[in-house]
Amino acid sequence: MSSYNNTARFSEARRVAIFGGTHGNEMSGVTLVNLWTKNGTEIQRKGVEAVPFITNPKAVEKCTRYVDTDLNRAFTPENLSAPGGNDLPYEVLRAQEINRIFGPKGSPEAYDVIFDLHNTTSNMGCTLILESSKDHFNLQMMNYIKKSMAPASCLVLMNEHPLLKYSTSRSVAKHPVGLEVGPQPQGVLRSNIFEAMRVILKHALDFIELFNEGVEFPPCTVEVFRVLEWIDYPRDANGNIIAMVHPNLQDCDWEPLNPGDPMFQTFDGKTIHYQGSGTVYPTFINEAAYYEKQQAFITTRRETLVASAIIKA
Amino acid sequence: MESVSFPPLSRVAVCGGTHGNEMTGVYMVRHLQKEKIDKIGSVSVSTVLTNPRAVEICRRYVETDLNRCFTEALLNSPVTDSSPYELRRAQELNAQIGPKGSKEAMDLIIDIHNTTSNMGLCFIFYSIDWFTLHILKYLQSKMASVEVRAIQLDIPIAEAYSLESVGKHGFAIEAGPQPNGVVRADIHNMVKEAVDHIFSWLQEFNSGSTFEGGEVEAYTLVKSIDYPRNPVTGEITAAIHSQLQDNDFKLLQRGNPIFMSFSGETVKYDGEDLYPFFVNECAYYEKKIAFHLARKIKLTLPPIKVTG
Repeated sequence: MSSYNNTARFSEARRVAIFGGTHGNEMSGVTLVNLWTKNGTEIQRKGVEAVPFITNPKAVEKCTRYVDTDLNRAFTPENLSAPGGNDLPYEVLRAQEINRIFGPKGSPEAYDVIFDLHNTTSNMGCTLILESSKDHFNLQMMNYIKKSMAPASCLVLMNEHPLLKYSTSRSVAKHPVGLEVGPQPQGVLRSNIFEAMRVILKHALDFIELFNEGVEFPPCTVEVFRVLEWIDYPRDANGNIIAMVHPNLQDCDWEPLNPGDPMFQTFDGKTIHYQGSGTVYPTFINEAAYYEKQQAFITTRRETLVASAIIKA
Repeated sequence: MESVSFPPLSRVAVCGGTHGNEMTGVYMVRHLQKEKIDKIGSVSVSTVLTNPRAVEICRRYVETDLNRCFTEALLNSPVTDSSPYELRRAQELNAQIGPKGSKEAMDLIIDIHNTTSNMGLCFIFYSIDWFTLHILKYLQSKMASVEVRAIQLDIPIAEAYSLESVGKHGFAIEAGPQPNGVVRADIHNMVKEAVDHIFSWLQEFNSGSTFEGGEVEAYTLVKSIDYPRNPVTGEITAAIHSQLQDNDFKLLQRGNPIFMSFSGETVKYDGEDLYPFFVNECAYYEKKIAFHLARKIKLTLPPIKVTG
């Protein structure tokens, strides 16, 4: 990549993977990848090798999030280099396998782009997840997707927080892109959610095709929501939750949460208020899978990122 | 209509966690147990977390669906340590709050469930039971902002397979939509309010009030429709159509869209006018049910009061 102030040059994004079933009960991705594995016409683009791939087949078969451990947290350097063969947890073995096929992570051989398809029980609508504010290729792609989908909403969540960032399946690629669409219960396939995810991917692949053809994308700004912190449920001494997400906060992903606003409601009806120092934008509100991760919702702040112009090198 | 009298309902069981990932019942039972609630007025209350192993792993069941284990045949079948967990558990529960069909059984069993379907608040029961219907009528009058519906499964009690059939009277409370593994405050509060009203009704009944007769509507199960599937692999090839999704209890007529195939074709309903429910219930994919269909019936309730 060349200098910040000029057009950034990236090599052609030829090798693209579409991951489904990283969580085996998030059905849009499972269904789309299975569909495209049988008939990949829809994901074909000139100059792009798009590979649909089920990352966690055992979890998909059991329609469960994971078998031994969360695959989407498993791509740590320690796991990827861990010896131990078949004694390792299933998802660690899978991570190593995926790293062999689509990586190695951090090397020039790694896939150019990986789209990882997820669903959430939270009312997040269409969300793109960005892992680095300095990935101008991804920023431009997300800008293209947002503009193509407008007036339908597609927001960008950015998790660059050094302590909260986690090692995702998509992090194997040079340009990792998370797709998170909700609300959808685990194990359920909703037609509207399925079609929305399909449309996001269509625009994403269109962008890559245009980029590979040599189109220059001028500088742009992208509004993102930057992850600040995770807030857990109030719990008792045994770790059981003693309150629920308040009805006023439930389903209000991306809406401002001000200090003093209701946040939780105890099982006998008392309100617990948000005690932060300023307005935040909560998301992943009441995600089923996050009860065990001690996360009731995350707070974000709005930020505008600037993407330099990009063109194929 | 002549008034019908019954002995008091003095032993009631409130059950949750029959499916370990249907969280309203789990938290409700836990809360009642934490508060050590064992009596509400004249009513002694047993609170039971029915499938604790499934609750612990937050799954519907460990080996087999507990809520299909309560037929007379299964309750009386020989079990060993290697029998499926839920079969053994069903027999334990039958001893605890039954036995089914005996005079020792709980007067009333209320089993709290959630569904991913947009069904609001429903009571599900087997026989036309005046208690269940009077309680329903009472709830309908007290909870004006919530539509409370009755679903009847026309199955003889001996073949009735779910937990609430163990009591002398019983019904399941089904509340949705709520994803598995999630507790929504609005759903919880709605069910809590319903349970509070149920206990008020029980006390009024036991203390001698007459509950006026009247009419209630109920939905009676007619048949189920499966997803379109690949004939070779059995994989589903379509999703519930967006015009049917979330439209439980809205009349379905011939020609209405019911599925949208992954290749974009609409599948239309071809049958008699019926009411869909359990539309896109997560747990029913494996039972090969995309939705159930019901007929609406009108039931006439006699006035009821306690004997004595």
